[in-house]
Amino acid sequence: MSFTSLTDEDRAAMLAAIGVESVADLFAEIPAAVRLDRPLRVDRALTEGELWAHLCELAGRNSGTGSELSFLGAGVYDHYVPAVVDAVMQRGELLTAYTPYQPEMSQGTLQAIFEYQTAICELTGMDVSNASGYDGTTVAADACYVAKQTTGRTKVVVAQTLNPQVRQVVRTFAPGFGMEVVEVPHTGGTTDPDRFGAACADAACAIFPQPNFFGCLEPAPELAAAASAAGALAIAHVDLMTLGVLEAPGAYGCALAIGEGQSAGNHMSYGGPHFGFLAARSDYIRKLPGRIVGETHDHDGRRGFVLTLQTREQHIRREKATSNITTNQTLLAVAGLIYLSWLGPQGLGDVGRACLSLTEHAKRRLGLPLAFDRPTFQEFAVRLSRPARDVIRDARKLGVHPGYALGREYEGMDDVLLVCLTEKRTAADIDRLAEVLRQVQAVAA
Amino acid sequence: MKLIYEKSRAGRRAGRIPDPGVQVAEVPAELARTTPPRLPELAEPELVRHYTELSTRTFGIDTGFYPLGSCTMKYNPRINERAVGLPGFADLHPHQEDEGAQGALELMWRLQEMLAEVVGLDAVTLQPAAGSQGELTGLTLMRAHFADRGEDRTEVIIPDTAHGTNPASVAMAGYTLVRVKTDVRGNVDVDDLRGKVGEHTAGLMLTNPSTLGLFEERISEIADIFHSAGALLYYDGANLNAVCGISRPGDMGFDIVHYNLHKTFSQPHGGGGPGGGPVAVRRDLEQFLPVPVVVRDGDTFRLESDRPKTIGKVRGFGGPFGVFVRAYAFMRMWGPGLRDMSEVAVLNANYVLARLKGAYDLPVDRHCMHEFVVSARTLKREHGITALDVAKRLMDHGFHPPTIYFPLIVSEALMIEPTETETRETLDAFCEAMLAIAQEAGDDPQMLKDAPHTRPVTRLDEAEAAKRLLVRYGFDEHPTSGLDE
Ligand SMILES: Cc1ncc(COP(=O)(O)O)c(C=O)c1O
Repeated sequence: MSFTSLTDEDRAAMLAAIGVESVADLFAEIPAAVRLDRPLRVDRALTEGELWAHLCELAGRNSGTGSELSFLGAGVYDHYVPAVVDAVMQRGELLTAYTPYQPEMSQGTLQAIFEYQTAICELTGMDVSNASGYDGTTVAADACYVAKQTTGRTKVVVAQTLNPQVRQVVRTFAPGFGMEVVEVPHTGGTTDPDRFGAACADAACAIFPQPNFFGCLEPAPELAAAASAAGALAIAHVDLMTLGVLEAPGAYGCALAIGEGQSAGNHMSYGGPHFGFLAARSDYIRKLPGRIVGETHDHDGRRGFVLTLQTREQHIRREKATSNITTNQTLLAVAGLIYLSWLGPQGLGDVGRACLSLTEHAKRRLGLPLAFDRPTFQEFAVRLSRPARDVIRDARKLGVHPGYALGREYEGMDDVLLVCLTEKRTAADIDRLAEVLRQVQAVAA
Repeated sequence: MKLIYEKSRAGRRAGRIPDPGVQVAEVPAELARTTPPRLPELAEPELVRHYTELSTRTFGIDTGFYPLGSCTMKYNPRINERAVGLPGFADLHPHQEDEGAQGALELMWRLQEMLAEVVGLDAVTLQPAAGSQGELTGLTLMRAHFADRGEDRTEVIIPDTAHGTNPASVAMAGYTLVRVKTDVRGNVDVDDLRGKVGEHTAGLMLTNPSTLGLFEERISEIADIFHSAGALLYYDGANLNAVCGISRPGDMGFDIVHYNLHKTFSQPHGGGGPGGGPVAVRRDLEQFLPVPVVVRDGDTFRLESDRPKTIGKVRGFGGPFGVFVRAYAFMRMWGPGLRDMSEVAVLNANYVLARLKGAYDLPVDRHCMHEFVVSARTLKREHGITALDVAKRLMDHGFHPPTIYFPLIVSEALMIEPTETETRETLDAFCEAMLAIAQEAGDDPQMLKDAPHTRPVTRLDEAEAAKRLLVRYGFDEHPTSGLDE
């Protein structure tokens, strides 16, 4: 392989133009003490063919959903990614452009972001959206920073039913923001609005999921009302793919809606890159992190799009910026937009109803005791007769990954398995899961 | 051109999903959606045409030369894209058990090893999502380090040439910002620095080479000043493309380093990302790294989360894995030859600099590293032509403009980074264009003020956008529907 193209003749001519003898002269200002006087100790260079063989070997040692019947969810979901998404994303212009600092050169990217912002606003019932955060965990930290800057308060309330990774990321960054985090335990699988509201006194914001990490549907309107009554910004952490059938956070009074965008048109890819979305009521637009695209006109009156409100951003406002975000997840956000356009409102509703219906079918078919007696969306928690980790290990030997062991994150739940159903699973798959779970549970019984 | 919502017609659709063939269930009425989202409704051919048309209105590195300083817009090898799409990578669930993800974990571990060698430090976390998140992670590691030692240090020092992410990250990490000046040779002013370092200093954030494209000649002395004050050095790796295999931040005395995988190691920038911002640290800071950490036990690899002194998590899962696949592929194809990559990047930059020298002002006359800054201040004084006008006119010549108005200490700054992947012919064509523009500034300044002339739109009104704040399509009540038909 070669990604450079200078010939010996080029080099000689260029060195002459610069007025130096050799390339080494260009590095003369680097003090000898900090020059590396040996080759880098990395493996020899591979040709593209050798590399491909090596990567195929590495990829082949992973058990993806192509090789294993999987019921894993817990924050990342195996929805079908249509060919059109990958095809459009591979257009070199979209793939290899950078942040549209020069709008006349980047109308395509800018328009796509404007369309993305519109889709996110429509889905979440919000007025404004940024052009993506890193993922569903970091947008939660971003939202806390917005809340601190708008309310001047320093407490963050989070429901314990919120994805543990999201809570961990908030806990990592909150001290730097000068904020402290309070968690509200669940009551039988969901968050009790009274308990939540009580914790929200003096809070900057309160974050709850819908649906929650156990797959259960939270009493979201009551949680939002309880937080708002205490003067905290109510923030719903939602899954885009549920919003064809579940009420939009804007409709039940949230100030912000955030979440992980992976489920919309992005491959699971062992955790990323994905995109995080962050939408808000218009009151908060001047405090939002990251890029925002706005509509405007050119000198001839034609419609065009530009990055706007850049005085929020780090390259202008520096230490007073609303975030440090520069490189974000634009490409993945646009993938999400294309996927949502592919589905349309009807398709999104169909996916939601399919996940829900398959979940209810699986609950009946497995016949295992439910950990929580609550309505669910596309995941549900069941109690097993053995530790879930052992059941997973044994089931995988039979080619089925039955789900996520909730004991990994929640105390007292070692025997609880979280089973996820997307529209890619079928009734026959559920039969197979039931059979494997019966077999591996019998082993120890 | 029309927005996708303006092409939408009720009842059209592209994708269908299979009928699950089970009893239909509904969500409880009180939680059910009442108003359907107005997502676009169109069939697949129109969908593909729409986004293909948007792509034609976008300029990427595949389209042409994109010398955006500080962003390292280099060619993205196509094998990278094929690699991330491999089924064992793309369809791997991040909660997969470690023994079902050995290939992915081995790739991450090997990438960590290579990255550590490139910067001369001991331990690497791949987790941060971009350079700026690497900064926040590094500063959070600093806090953890001082808290562990029971020291209360509140200040971080940053040169006035720094990228905006540095001060923003300092504020978000809860530190007070202290600025240090630049001297006449474009180095950090060491005397100014000395007076600012004290018992409250937690550290210094520096990119080397700097955003002026210059190597800090007194870096070892700077490191000594900080280390003897008990403070740490943070390296902003945005400019690492200049020094791979040539000079290592660890050897310069830096304790914490972030990489921008999307710059140095060829991630396509995708209209603004995704990126990857791994962080490397010296051995004694390893205990604070975010979890999970990829660990090797003999022939197997696992994710380790049980680390009592960890700062926690900074992003979901182990990091942006797809970015790792690309960076890994890129590094394996270069191998020890990464040094040649940096040499060519530096040669290309100095060549362009040498050719532009007479026509544009040079804030500091030194050899540059992989990028350099010139100024249009004479063009402005003599002809009223600004860096912005030069940038817009470059579009007519078929080039993406350089970074403008950065670094902040140079007036009418144009920051040019050609990277190693351009031919001499391309560099020459760019130089001719820059020289022609300098000439045009005197001959026909209004023509430059009106540029660009060849794009789908002419110069856009950014002030109007900030005033109107139209940041989503308004459907029936949209003010400009049909304006561009
Ligand atoms: C000098 C410098 N530091 C930091 C960053 C931030 O990196 P990222 O965009 O990956 O967050 C950039 C680029 O944006 C940069 O040029």
